[in-house]
Amino acid sequence: MSQIFATKFEQVCDILDKYECNPNHLIAILQEIQHAYSYLPEDILTYVATALRITPGAVYGVATFYAHFTLEPKGKYVIRVCDGTACHVKKSETIINMLKSELGLPENKNTTDDLLFTLEIVACLGACGIAPLMMVNDEVYGSMTKEKLTEILEKIRKEEAAND
Amino acid sequence: MAENIIVDNLAIEAEDDENLLELIRRAGIDLPTFCYHSEISVYGACRMCMVEVEGRGIVPACSTRPEPGMVIKTHTSQIRDLRKMIIELMLANHDPKCTTCPESGTCRLQSIATQLGVRDVRFNQVSSHLPIDNTSEAIVRDPSKCILCGDCVRVCGEIQSVGALDFTGRGADAQVVTYFNKGMGDVECVNCGQCVKVCPVGALTAKYHISQVWDAVYDESKTVVVQIAPAVRVALGDYFGEKPGALTTGKIITSLRRMGFDRIYDTCFAADFTVVEEGREFLSRYSKGENLPLFTSCCPAWVKFAEQYYPDLLDNLSTCRSPMMMFGSLCKDQLSQELGVAREDIVMVSIMPCTAKKFEASRPELSKDGNPDVDFVLTTKELAIMMQENGIEYDKMELGSFDMPYGFYTGAAVIFGASGGVSEAVLRFAAEELNKGSSQEFHEVRSSSGVKVATIQIGEVELKLAVVSGLANARALIDRIRNGEEHFDLVEVMACPGGCVNGGGQPVADDYEAIAARAKGLYDSDKMLQFHNSSQNPYLKQIYHEKIDEEKAHELLHTHFENRKRIHHDDFVLGELPDEVELSLSICFGTSCYLRGAQELYNRITEYIRENGLEKNTEFKANFCGELCKKGPTLIINGKVIEHCTYEIAIEEIQAQMAKRK
Repeated sequence: MSQIFATKFEQVCDILDKYECNPNHLIAILQEIQHAYSYLPEDILTYVATALRITPGAVYGVATFYAHFTLEPKGKYVIRVCDGTACHVKKSETIINMLKSELGLPENKNTTDDLLFTLEIVACLGACGIAPLMMVNDEVYGSMTKEKLTEILEKIRKEEAAND
Repeated sequence: MAENIIVDNLAIEAEDDENLLELIRRAGIDLPTFCYHSEISVYGACRMCMVEVEGRGIVPACSTRPEPGMVIKTHTSQIRDLRKMIIELMLANHDPKCTTCPESGTCRLQSIATQLGVRDVRFNQVSSHLPIDNTSEAIVRDPSKCILCGDCVRVCGEIQSVGALDFTGRGADAQVVTYFNKGMGDVECVNCGQCVKVCPVGALTAKYHISQVWDAVYDESKTVVVQIAPAVRVALGDYFGEKPGALTTGKIITSLRRMGFDRIYDTCFAADFTVVEEGREFLSRYSKGENLPLFTSCCPAWVKFAEQYYPDLLDNLSTCRSPMMMFGSLCKDQLSQELGVAREDIVMVSIMPCTAKKFEASRPELSKDGNPDVDFVLTTKELAIMMQENGIEYDKMELGSFDMPYGFYTGAAVIFGASGGVSEAVLRFAAEELNKGSSQEFHEVRSSSGVKVATIQIGEVELKLAVVSGLANARALIDRIRNGEEHFDLVEVMACPGGCVNGGGQPVADDYEAIAARAKGLYDSDKMLQFHNSSQNPYLKQIYHEKIDEEKAHELLHTHFENRKRIHHDDFVLGELPDEVELSLSICFGTSCYLRGAQELYNRITEYIRENGLEKNTEFKANFCGELCKKGPTLIINGKVIEHCTYEIAIEEIQAQMAKRK
């Protein structure tokens, strides 16, 4: 759709203006960029370095330091599976393995080629009482089982098919 | 201070030492360290210099301030064990192929491990082999050797203000990389080699040309000509146990003859040409008041820096080639005629204190019909390695002399290797031109490091000069010049602190005194020569009178500069690609254009396109530097480049293009 025309740099320009191109706000700027673009694109980061008058290497250093930031485009649905102690004991691994095979994700890859799903394994989501636990974007799913997982994935895929 | 500090049972009077490490070293005790360098910030990463301070426990000496009354132990049993363990941990994570490493023999990890008696590594080898970065003409990066001391990161950022290298990731995943892990040849690295100099291991090394040079030497059909830069002769001795600054010219020449080089010449010969050409250029600009200050252009790291960061000042750079490149073009041109040898059969080898010279030699404009004016560049260190490979016993070498005529030079040329030397040489020339016959020295511009400003009176004329070394110093000075806060007639810039004597291809000096000793070696050499002004060089006069006319001189001795991208990547489409493109826009978002308002221009054009319903068939791209920085902001509309673009000009052109379509 052509409405998307030229949106790519407009958002970063607005974010930079908001922070008055102050390099002290680099982390906040990167957070907003990630929110706007769903990841930190290389060209945008080069532009941020130019606008903040710091080296591109310094921006890249910060962007790779925090696990929160990602340099790869994320899927539309970010699935976070908790593998903290409680979830691990409750066999979160079964859920993780099933997700990997269901989504067809090989090792070292956590986003599907169609950019629909991203799988993230996280340390603790702070809801150990309903372990094993996973989140799809902002939605929380507790006491996960294989059956429940199949249901959730099917629902998402159906919705996507209807949208197309 | 009244109270002493006790170091290993001995009382040491506290002076104004910056930190405990300096104080302990002053006391004659050497502490091992990877990450401490007095000229860059204290980082405290390697933990090798830790000592025990009574009442405080174990602290890193480099980042602890001396306080009166401190009682320090430097080598307790516990500290020994800890130091050994750190080395073991480093070795467990380090590519173990020591024997084939270019740094073998001068590697600090190797020497400290030996010194501490590490005979066994108790941890499993866990290093994963990361690919070697060979993209740069000057520097090779081997991340599997990196010990994360951060020396390169700090020297590149703090001393050079380039910041091409930085940390990425953290914890066990931490690495030192370039932007998005691109090649060193694809980012803003200026090839100065200061990172190579401070790297304690083989993670950053010069790109060796040794095997190519041997091939040429053994090839009977080639005439192999070698030129030696001034700074090499006062530093090579470091490898062979000479005192810092010892003049080794004679021994180098004999060694090169033994190794099989056909002609042995001196870069200083061409430096005399540089002085005359640059001196004339300066006097001409000065009399016309044009493009001042004149910036020197001998230093290829500075030239690349200027091309990247100061495109608007490129007209102020002297168009003179560096002495090395003047030598290459002049010598290939003259020798091929004298010897009746085809240019392609002359191999020009330069021995330089510098890694950036390797990059300079590869610049396409410094060649003729695809044949480079300088074929290979060896650093001082590579020369030392080649001498050893050839079984040369340095101590037994007799002294030799350069071949003529391209081995003859004046004292003005030999001081090029020290910061301030080029300025002084040009001043000597200018003084003689303006005052007819007065010859003098200009100690005011001799500089050991940093920035030196001087006002020089020559007859009626008052010249304001700045001599600066270290690119961060240069950046600060140029920003002041740009803002109109300062005015100079001549500015000499050398990328390496102290000039070429402290170049990235030189042996690592222990301290600044050693660098100063090298500079002194060059000034002493100047004293011992008969001529101190480049225009007095008789062979130079002969060439100007008999061999080359003005046009030829310009072709052989001058060059040009170009705007240069800092980071290489493709253009980016700013929105989704329309099915049918009628209007194709590409805006430059590089630094210069950004500063000239590219962002506002982009916003307004976008608005215009929206308001006029053109977005369906418009493609808008961003490029990071179209290398037209002086003329920014630049916008390309359907292939037409518009320089100094304003909103009004852009809209006019867009309307014209759309009208054409209809």
